[in-house]
Amino acid sequence: MQHKFKKLAPIVEWGTLLLTTGLVCFFLCVILYDIFTKGYQVLSWEFVSQMPTDGMTQGGILTPIIGTVFLTLITAIFSIPFGICCAIYLNEYAENTWLTRTIRASIRNLSGVPSIIYGLFGLALFVQALNFGTSILSAGLTLGLLSLPYIITTTEEALLRIPRSMREAALAVGATKFESIKDVVLPASLPGILTGIVLTLSRAAGETAPILFTGAAFYITNSSGNLNQEFMALPYHLYMLSTQHQSIEEVRPIAYGTALVLIIVVFLMNLTAFYIRYKFRNNEK
Amino acid sequence: MKSKLVAEHLNLWFGSKQVLKNINIEFEENKVTALIGPSGCGKSTLLRSLNRMHDLYPEARIEGHIKLDGREIYQKDVEVTDLRKRVGMVFQKANPFPKSIYENITYGLKINNLVADKATVQKALEEAYIWEEVKDDLKKPATRLSGGQQQRLCIARAVALRPEVILMDEPCSALDPVSTLKIEELIHHLKKKYTIVIVTHNMQQAQRVADKTVFMYLGEIIEQGDTHQIFNNPQHETTRNYISGHFG
Repeated sequence: MQHKFKKLAPIVEWGTLLLTTGLVCFFLCVILYDIFTKGYQVLSWEFVSQMPTDGMTQGGILTPIIGTVFLTLITAIFSIPFGICCAIYLNEYAENTWLTRTIRASIRNLSGVPSIIYGLFGLALFVQALNFGTSILSAGLTLGLLSLPYIITTTEEALLRIPRSMREAALAVGATKFESIKDVVLPASLPGILTGIVLTLSRAAGETAPILFTGAAFYITNSSGNLNQEFMALPYHLYMLSTQHQSIEEVRPIAYGTALVLIIVVFLMNLTAFYIRYKFRNNEK
Repeated sequence: MKSKLVAEHLNLWFGSKQVLKNINIEFEENKVTALIGPSGCGKSTLLRSLNRMHDLYPEARIEGHIKLDGREIYQKDVEVTDLRKRVGMVFQKANPFPKSIYENITYGLKINNLVADKATVQKALEEAYIWEEVKDDLKKPATRLSGGQQQRLCIARAVALRPEVILMDEPCSALDPVSTLKIEELIHHLKKKYTIVIVTHNMQQAQRVADKTVFMYLGEIIEQGDTHQIFNNPQHETTRNYISGHFG
């Protein structure tokens, strides 16, 4: 009896693991399949190159696409330099005191804060206190705050992977600490840093809650490109088309089309991160 | 013989642990001095104090004097970058920059505002006996070279700055016998121009390359003198036991 069980056990273990993995993949595939089949019909060149018309029941989604691109750009401009500088300070300069450890722990915790909280914070700080109004600038900065902890953490991890001997090599030829970081440590950790940045930005581009009260608009017909204007963004457009629109049934195909475009954008960004890693890994050999 | 580098009453602590105890030693110009001793005896620590590599680690505390050409190197007015240009270093594991072979040599020159042209690069690579092997691949990443080639590139990188002293921290410990032999030949050739201090675990190597040998044990210098004398006629019991392989 026991002998039989011993023979059976590996199969049961293997089967359980396979089943859970399969289940996860199954749901993912169902979601993707659902969005692809329903969104595929409306997907065309016109769909991504035309503005929404007739109360968003006709036309394309060009305005939200442009909005999302600009929004991500503002997020990047704000969060990348601050994030990298902060990570360099924490990893290279800060001594290991309780203060440093507290700061580091706080940053880790910040990445777990729900994004709606960032939305409220952005509303209070950027929209009201700093008087930027509900605008693409306020929303971009709010998303920047959301992205900072991720960029700091991934950059710190990338810096940590550079061995001490590499820093010493630079110092031994007469480099200052700053030169050794700028010329040797940063270039060597760039693939890791870039991967972290792209993944963070792709996540930020898909966020809805932080832009909800800080600048995303229900429907605008013209986008002037001003920083103090409201904007349309893909995730918010999708949320609105699926729940807030007066004729939900009518715009359902457009909602699926929007979802598909959003997934494709995020997927392309992830692909870029993958490519960066792949390319640098090959260069190292 | 002129003493290039002198340590007097040198004590060094990592935190509360004393790693070097009252070190007194003179490194003679254009000679190779080998530091030998069992693991943890402080020989690498002594070597790294000679170009202030311990500055990086706040837990290291140093007392005493180290003088290069009679001038205190731990004085406040000494620029540490300037000191490290004069006292070059080669590490235990080859650590070329993740850049091209050419840039590995020019980087140190550039940050020290020295001429970084092709002739200078060629001269440095020739001095490190690696020019013939890499002259057609100067644009290639240095990390693609073999371990032995990487270590010779690191020596070329140090030599390019025209230092006065070269510190070597077990430069052959990760290399195969053929590469080791090449580096040892290189050391013979380099001592005509430079003062060399080499840490080694390998007692045959110390006998092959060094003019002077210093035996260290538990953070102290037990015995120092001509290599021939240390290995053939050691004065101390501990030295005798170590070189005959009783411990280490």
